[in-house]
Amino acid sequence: MARSSTQRPSRVGPATAPGRRAGALDVDALLDDPTTGIIVCCGSGGVGKTTTSAALALRAAERGRKVVVLTIDPARRLAQSMGIEELDNTPRPVTGVEGTGSLDAMMLDMKRTFDEVVLSQASPEKAQQILANPFYIALSSSFAGTQEYMAMEKLGQIHRDAQASGTYDLIVVDTPPSRSALDFLDAPERLSSFLDGRFVRLLLVPAKGPAKLMTAGLGLITNALTKVLGAQFLKDLQTFVTALDTVFGGFRQRAQQTYSLLKADGTAFLVVAAPEPDALREAEYFVERLSEDDMPLAGLVVNRASPDPGGELSADEAMTAAERLRRTDPASLTAGLLRLHADRVRMVQRERALRDRFATAHPQVATAVVPALAGDVHDLHGLRTVGALLGQTVAGS
Amino acid sequence: MSDWGKVRLHVVTGKGGTGKSTVASALALALATRGKNVLLCEVEGRQGIARMFDVDPLPYQERRLTTGLPDADGGRGVVHALHIDAESALLEYLSMYYRLGRAGKALDRFGVIEFATTIAPGVRDVLLTGKVYEAVQRNSRNKGAIEYDAVVLDAPPTGRITQFLNVSNELAGLAKVGPIKSQSDTMMTLFRSPRTAVHLVTVLEEMPVQETADGITELRAARLPVGGVVVNQVRPRDLTDEQLSAARAGTLDRTRIEQDLTDGGLEVGPGLVDGLLAEAADHAERRALEDSQRDLVAALDVPSYELPRMAGGIDLGGLYELAGLLREQGMA
Repeated sequence: MARSSTQRPSRVGPATAPGRRAGALDVDALLDDPTTGIIVCCGSGGVGKTTTSAALALRAAERGRKVVVLTIDPARRLAQSMGIEELDNTPRPVTGVEGTGSLDAMMLDMKRTFDEVVLSQASPEKAQQILANPFYIALSSSFAGTQEYMAMEKLGQIHRDAQASGTYDLIVVDTPPSRSALDFLDAPERLSSFLDGRFVRLLLVPAKGPAKLMTAGLGLITNALTKVLGAQFLKDLQTFVTALDTVFGGFRQRAQQTYSLLKADGTAFLVVAAPEPDALREAEYFVERLSEDDMPLAGLVVNRASPDPGGELSADEAMTAAERLRRTDPASLTAGLLRLHADRVRMVQRERALRDRFATAHPQVATAVVPALAGDVHDLHGLRTVGALLGQTVAGS
Repeated sequence: MSDWGKVRLHVVTGKGGTGKSTVASALALALATRGKNVLLCEVEGRQGIARMFDVDPLPYQERRLTTGLPDADGGRGVVHALHIDAESALLEYLSMYYRLGRAGKALDRFGVIEFATTIAPGVRDVLLTGKVYEAVQRNSRNKGAIEYDAVVLDAPPTGRITQFLNVSNELAGLAKVGPIKSQSDTMMTLFRSPRTAVHLVTVLEEMPVQETADGITELRAARLPVGGVVVNQVRPRDLTDEQLSAARAGTLDRTRIEQDLTDGGLEVGPGLVDGLLAEAADHAERRALEDSQRDLVAALDVPSYELPRMAGGIDLGGLYELAGLLREQGMA
């Protein structure tokens, strides 16, 4: 089990600069802190979560830690360069890591993880029955939330193994791009409450309802469902629920364990976002939800920030001068440069305004801003570059 | 002329962060020409339409949202909006097809509605797409309901789109017979017909372009009709190709630029020219990467449309501007 959690509603990055609202997130301090055992990266889709997770893991490893990174759906070339294009649900060592630390990586196979849980919880006969059920097949591969649940399950497994064998001292987890920001926190709970739900309970005891009224109501329902879905549907569902119910106790306990692990002090949540309204709104949900659940939030990483051109020239001045030049020479190179400058200044201003709004609403959240790279990251060298940027960010404002 | 004149259902998908909701909204505005009724639907519960058009959160009910982009003579149609959630869709569906007055309520009381819509895999998607299907298939027999000339669906992201539309396949293992099964088959007939087009939104970066290519392959394998590729957030083109290569090589004429800046009425401080040259070099590098991705998009062999990156963000005016660009390029 994890260390017991102290009463800290939310954790602010270690290097909170005084006088500033949020302050810069000191990523290196977080990575170097030996008490940091788990880093969970969460955020909406398309914000560079996977790259951030991998970059953090590599940086931590090259700073001497024994790291494993759990990714969900890395870009093909990145997966290849890390040697994890094979989906076998086992951490594999990444070659080419410099320094005394080590880095293993694995890509989550959701269905396989689910199967493993079932196999470990049920008798072989029962397990086969579950694995063959059409509901199980659908649930284990497409139920919204299964991926989230399985990511957390795998995290729990790796953590237990690492505690026992000392293989890793830091686990970095990439979370699935959830339809809802909160899916990964709710998934264990949802799976439990599904199995605990009234309807499922009724399916488990179809013949002997607690009261006559209930039984009558159930008859109405089963008739309606049979009418809409066909009899086979209900029968399969009933088999599935009955079978799964046997392993239910195990599920619930594990979900609870993983949840406490996430809440414990050795865990640090990083919310990843891009400087776009939607992504930052999602990030706000995350921050609020994490604080509500007393989850240890380390900070916000804003990826893909437009590089600040610096200098004094404002967008308006640049545009005025550009127009003046275009009047005499419509193809003026300098006018083009000035317009580009104006465009970039506007981008930077807009992004800053968005970040400021976030910081005003959540002054306790330390922030790291990572400038956009020109190209995609698909090798260790690229990850190292991102890691260096993460390590030396200063909260812009 | 529109490239998609026969299409009644425009499904807009894209990788997260590429702006698919923006494109769906702009497309709806562009399609709403004189006398036309367009329905813009969302299914992911994010209320993105309401935010984009700055209106109150949408209920499970069609609402008049705004008027379309005017044509040359100022004629414009109407854009309606609908937020589809699976729970309401299921209740509506049950009362519509089965007249399950009492049983419908009982289902709710026993948690079946919640069960069916959050857990039972595939059912959720069938319900969401079922409502979209209903809106597309309406005709004069549906008294009192608006008949739409086009329906635009702000759909789930590229990674999930084929699964989402391939409803009968999703249900295959579960409901082998029964009315839901036959209804999902009817829906598939529409989704696979030339009256449907699945458009994919991308930006000119490696991963989104790769995902677009994969998405097209998957859609084709499922025999779902691929529409166009909308390339969103394209960088400004203020420099010519020669200027870009000079910027990359670091051979832009520094003295000339200094002179121009002075002529343009700017005070040329110590860092100004250096700053502009550095920005130009960085921009040129990114443009080169864009160009290589653009070649890949062209090789996908589907019609493509380009929309610029809006430096100041996208407000309602910006949406109409994008709609105008889509119409100009023949997407609507």
